[in-house]
Amino acid sequence: MLNTNLKLNDKLFDADVEVAPTRQGFGDGLVKLGETKPNVVALSADLTESTYAHKFAQKFPERFFQTGIGEQNMASIAAGLAEAGKIAFISSYATFSPGKNWETLRTTAVYNEANVKIAGHHSGIMTGPDGATHQATEDIAITRCWPNMHVYVPCDSVEATKATIAATDIKTPVYLRYTRDKTPVITTIDTPFKVGKLQTFWVTQNPKVTIFATGYMLYYALLAAKELEEEKLNVLVVNVATVKPLSVEDVLETTRDTQAVVTVEDHQVEGGMGSAIAEVLAKTTPLPIEFIGLQNTFAESGKPTELVEKYGMGVASIKDAVKRVIRRKQ
Amino acid sequence: MPQELYEDKLHELEKKAEEARELVIKTLLEAGSGHSAGPLGMADIFTAFYFHILNHDPKNPDWEERDRLILSNGHICPIRYVSMAQAGYFPIEELKTLRKINSRLQGHPHRTALPGLETTSGPLGEGLGQAIGIALGAKLDNKKYYTYVITGDGELDEGNIWESVMFAGKNKMNNLIMIIDRNNIQIDGFTEDVLPLEPLGAKFEAFGWHVLEADGNNIKQFVDVINEARAIFEKPTVIIAHTIPGKGVDFMEKDFHWHGKPPNSEEAKKALDELRTLKGQIESEHK
Repeated sequence: MLNTNLKLNDKLFDADVEVAPTRQGFGDGLVKLGETKPNVVALSADLTESTYAHKFAQKFPERFFQTGIGEQNMASIAAGLAEAGKIAFISSYATFSPGKNWETLRTTAVYNEANVKIAGHHSGIMTGPDGATHQATEDIAITRCWPNMHVYVPCDSVEATKATIAATDIKTPVYLRYTRDKTPVITTIDTPFKVGKLQTFWVTQNPKVTIFATGYMLYYALLAAKELEEEKLNVLVVNVATVKPLSVEDVLETTRDTQAVVTVEDHQVEGGMGSAIAEVLAKTTPLPIEFIGLQNTFAESGKPTELVEKYGMGVASIKDAVKRVIRRKQ
Repeated sequence: MPQELYEDKLHELEKKAEEARELVIKTLLEAGSGHSAGPLGMADIFTAFYFHILNHDPKNPDWEERDRLILSNGHICPIRYVSMAQAGYFPIEELKTLRKINSRLQGHPHRTALPGLETTSGPLGEGLGQAIGIALGAKLDNKKYYTYVITGDGELDEGNIWESVMFAGKNKMNNLIMIIDRNNIQIDGFTEDVLPLEPLGAKFEAFGWHVLEADGNNIKQFVDVINEARAIFEKPTVIIAHTIPGKGVDFMEKDFHWHGKPPNSEEAKKALDELRTLKGQIESEHK
């Protein structure tokens, strides 16, 4: 069952569950930051509206900078603004930022310890019909490898707002990952959010497997858990809202009773959230793990729901992975 | 505004610049790797900045009102380190640690390692954007400081530079002054052979910049041009500073092979002999 302590959306499994894109949560969070922190500035590389930075731009025009289609320039200007005492949010599609401008960010923001927040939009195959050029499926891998980096992947629009605001709690770079399409709202404004804290969203008696899910894929993991429960197969579902830092204690705590893991993410399985979990477990208590995500392939154009099924990331695939990993335990 | 350079101050700066060149050679010899041509060519400009142009306080490197000097082509950092040591940011002795383990003097400058460096740099094409960001910050906070950014000329091959050039032109960044070290060399050869930059000034003009040129090895002329640049209010200014790579050391001058290597001990001795002769000439000229 859904963890009642976390005050999650109790209509989550209804047919008319509320849906909203996580990028909208970013836009709302950015406006709130604009209102409370006068040193927050925002930059966009010609994708202001689709990254939802337009709300900030309209409300605080003097603190918004349009760099045109130049993500490297946007990154370096943001680093400069940070050096002048600002908290600089840059937003674009994740394939371009932190993709195209990766080294610029590495040097001017991350190594330089500049107060730059990188908002990467249109992540994953959820980007759908635009095709693989615009579906960022490596962005977690290329940011979490940076020393001292923080990487937040909110599961819904409400958590996205909290993650955006939390990104300003530290003075160094944070990567924030958002998606394009509307996805179910899983949390409520009362659900706790703490950087580095893993929260178990689906709890049960005698669980056999721990499912770690990140981003909107958490919804698919919860659907799988619900169906598995009906089949008398109990699992835990853990929301990995912050891929880095990742609490070793929490990973151990949430796998203690299950001793088997399935990871679920809309990202390449190589280098993503699943890899981060595997690194922790390999160093502590090695367990069988199954990885749901893109398996050494780019995706293609299509409806997100179609792509999720075709690339083996849907509810049925998650359930199969759970059963596979149980067999590996024995 | 930096004051006009009178004869005795100019004489002092020229001697400082020659001393800086000697320190560059000694530092590179000790380091055993690093770039020779650029630092020698830029010794006059760095001396002019640290001892005449910049409004700064070596004992208070984070002073908020200071002018910002951004070094985009981080590989010429030996001259920046030398000038900073001469100006009192850290002891001259520390120059011996360049490129060595546990040093604050990284092979390419790292901002958080050494107070007084404004940015981390080395990978090319990024300093102009950072300078723009700092200058935008100054405008937002109504700060009066100037942001100066030094770039290489080969560095202008980078696309990021032109993204930044467009942005600064559009936003009329009049508190920003860019200095291009126009020494005509890059690693693989002469700039005009590798990827021609000319007509360079016309390119900047087309992007909405005010363009000035200077002899970057003539301190008096360079300071005059900086003063002219600061008087331009309606656009950003670029100074194309013509410098001689390896300036002061005959066998290094204008030879792109000296872009990325240090002298060995024999070459260093020869270089120091030449530089000392040059310093003697400066002293006699001003007597």
